[in-house]
Amino acid sequence: MEALDLARWQFGVTTVYHFLFVPLTIGLGVFVAGLQTAWHRTGKEHYLRLTKFFGKLFLINFAMGVVTGIVQEFQFGMNWSEYSIFVGDVFGAPLALEALLAFFLESTFIGLWIFGWDRLPKRVHLATIWAAVIGSNLSAYFILAANAWMKHPVGYEVVDGKARMTDLWAVLTNSTALAQVPHVIAGAFVVAGGFVLAVCGYHLLRERRTASDGTGGASVWRTPMRAALLMTAIAGILVAGSGDMSARLLYEQQPMKLAAAEGLRHDTAGAPFSPVPGLEVPQLLSLLSTHDPNAVVQGTEDLQARYAERFGPGDYRPNLPVVFWSFRVMIVFGLSTVALSVLGLWLTRRRREVPGWFARACVLALPLPTIAVISGWLLSEIGRQPWTVQGELLTAASVSPGVSLAEVAVSLAVFTALYGVLALAEVVLLTRHVKAGPEPVTPAAPLTPPSRGDDESADARLQPTLMY
Amino acid sequence: MELTTFWFAVIAFLWTGYFVLEGFDFGVGMLAPALARNEAERKQVLGTIGPVWDGNEVWLITAVGAMFAAFPAWYAGLLSEFYLPIVLVLVGLIVRGVGLEWRGKVRHASDRAWCDLGVLVGSALPAFLWGAIFADLLRSSATAALVGGVFSLSVCVLHGAVFVALKTTGPVRSRARRAAMIASAVALPAAVAALSHIPVAGTAIGAWSAAPWLWAGALAAMAALAAGVALTWRGRDGWAFAATASSIALGAAALFGALWPAPLPGLTVAEAASGPYTLSVLTWIGLVALPFVLGYQAWSYWVFRRRLVAEVS
Ligand code: HDD
Ligand code: HEM
Ligand code: HEM
Repeated sequence: MEALDLARWQFGVTTVYHFLFVPLTIGLGVFVAGLQTAWHRTGKEHYLRLTKFFGKLFLINFAMGVVTGIVQEFQFGMNWSEYSIFVGDVFGAPLALEALLAFFLESTFIGLWIFGWDRLPKRVHLATIWAAVIGSNLSAYFILAANAWMKHPVGYEVVDGKARMTDLWAVLTNSTALAQVPHVIAGAFVVAGGFVLAVCGYHLLRERRTASDGTGGASVWRTPMRAALLMTAIAGILVAGSGDMSARLLYEQQPMKLAAAEGLRHDTAGAPFSPVPGLEVPQLLSLLSTHDPNAVVQGTEDLQARYAERFGPGDYRPNLPVVFWSFRVMIVFGLSTVALSVLGLWLTRRRREVPGWFARACVLALPLPTIAVISGWLLSEIGRQPWTVQGELLTAASVSPGVSLAEVAVSLAVFTALYGVLALAEVVLLTRHVKAGPEPVTPAAPLTPPSRGDDESADARLQPTLMY
Repeated sequence: MELTTFWFAVIAFLWTGYFVLEGFDFGVGMLAPALARNEAERKQVLGTIGPVWDGNEVWLITAVGAMFAAFPAWYAGLLSEFYLPIVLVLVGLIVRGVGLEWRGKVRHASDRAWCDLGVLVGSALPAFLWGAIFADLLRSSATAALVGGVFSLSVCVLHGAVFVALKTTGPVRSRARRAAMIASAVALPAAVAALSHIPVAGTAIGAWSAAPWLWAGALAAMAALAAGVALTWRGRDGWAFAATASSIALGAAALFGALWPAPLPGLTVAEAASGPYTLSVLTWIGLVALPFVLGYQAWSYWVFRRRLVAEVS
């Protein structure tokens, strides 16, 4: 056991954990902003109730996204100092831009949104949530551009053993980033759509159980469910399209990952695709990765021989079973959620009632896409091994030389324990709020003009203060 | 000005903003149990930072991100050198963040007590550790780290108390002013001890003549802190807050002055710097974006400018 192994575990654990919260922040934020916009446009009270209900779930989750993100930013320097020194010139730039252009926007406007209900004019208040969600989506773009550079480094040269950026525009418009950004963001919308579907499905079932006398079926849950179905279906199309783009880029840029994902051992013309081991669809892999059924796809063993020749002795193959299975899990679990949403749209067309079995099936939409995005990351990150920067820097050469095994072990233990406890608390908190359902709107609360007792209190006018 | 110098100044500015802004957040977090006697008052105290703490924390994220981009070796060296203290800082920021965000969303008083504990511990840990880390960086001794930690912790408490006095009314406000007085009994001597070491460390000689600007900064920081205490005594909350904020800013300026031109032992800014291309594109983007960021952050302070009362429900 070396510090390297633990540092890898730590990165894997903390990053996967961060990404449990990220998709909901990205997708649910837009969903909540949409609900509030609907309230603003129509003035219908149930939109306000739903905005507050999903807004609360969004905020519980948002807190975890923020605090786990800070760990991510520090971790590169703590555990991967050699990596940081090698890539900082290129990789640090999008990270700094992310903080400056996205995180400030996101965090400042979320604060204004949470506390601004009765302080800001309605229209301005609506703008604050949109500013915050633009911030979240922008932050995803920058971090994904940084991550894409590790898979397909562009716009740089190596000087004195360090990468030097020569073209920021090339880094920000990296072909890999342009495929990855829509893929991950659309994937986030599938996750968030699935979350809303599960919540709506649960409440629809409960409503039917308690009010089986048939109260006319005018449920509050139908509207958000239809909206989530639509969001998931559209996002699903984007996910599939951009995933196909990613796969074709792998063929050119990361052939080892493609071969590992397919379990293809030797260079093959007209390569078959095997959905599960033992079953093969002839020529499908060549077709998928190049749109030419007869193209030659390189295999892991032949690539290994070529890499050893080019980069020197070593094992250049990633963990093959993990990469192979995570690819399948991503596609199957992700696309089944999308299929569910298309089915749901059809079932509920033209005011048709939501069938009970479908409401029950919607609960599956919570775990399935979450597992899919995590598998996507395992494919992407483990498939890149043994490189941190494809073709330039090995993971083994990236780790901090001065940090001891004991130090990494302590921090891994601390973060794992803390994250475990917080995950539990978050699940309990979310479940409770989901079960409680939307609160009735107290007519006074959000509609009063921005004057409350505290503003006029005598003490407040006691003396002028510098800032208030 | 040369680009590496400029970026060192930018990073110093971001850290300074962070210390000034999150300094009072930390103080409020640590003082909440002492200043509030019931739930309505706790809401009042924590409500003073509720809308702004996350935005304040992004100053840290930006400072660290800018170090990564502009001086990768400084970023990597600092964080891997102070590995375990940084782990504790992160633990603190995590439990504090979820505590602040979740306390309004839990049902039971016992769960709220957990959130409050998270806010307390999560404010105290980083408030102490940032001072300890930077003091150790300058003097590399355990005593220095302890003095630095006590200094930053007590100044955060004082700064936070002054902030609560400025932002509230009623009994909480008078308690906050009293707390500021008590905190000053530790903060003032600790400030003298810690700040007077900054110029000495920066020059290795310790003479006035070797580092007149550092001395000026350190002494002004001490004076501003004393002024903050005196102004709180006189009930001039706004000016008192301006004084403690200036004190932290001046102290941070002296600190980064002492770190120039070698922010880590054996590593100069020039050696740590990224290439001129990266620095110049970041400069342009930063110059365009920063005014907007400062503008909307200032606006959010403006929106929440009113004093808060304890809302008895
Ligand atoms: C595809 C999206 C995505 C990915 C791959 C990552 N993040 Fe993240 N991150 C977000 C999307 C996001 C977000 C949606 O924007 C978050 C979640 C909650 C939030 O406030 O913003 C966030 C929060 C967040 C924060 C806290 C921001 C704040 O206080 O407001 C930091 C410092 C980071 N992230 C840094 C990172 C780093 C260094 C990553 C690389 C390992 C990373 N994130 C992966
Ligand atoms: C949030 C989504 C992400 C997930 C779930 C994820 C997952 C992982 C996992 C599981 C590993 C360990 C691989 C192994 O050791 O075999 C890893 C490694 C790594 N990833 Fe990611 N990653 C994500 C995003 C990123 C991003 C955005 C970056 C860069 C900005 C990044 C940079 C790295 C680095 C530097 C390592 C080095 C450690 C290693 O290779 O073992 N990751 N990631
Ligand atoms: C809803 C379904 C899906 C979800 C949620 C999902 C999610 C993800 C995520 C989070 C990643 C890691 C980030 C990245 O490298 O881009 C990823 C990678 C990838 N996905 Fe998907 N995915 C889904 C469906 C698909 C489909 C249908 C395809 C293929 C047609 C596909 C192809 C890929 C490929 C090739 C990669 C690796 C890209 C690389 O490492 O450069 N995905 N996926």
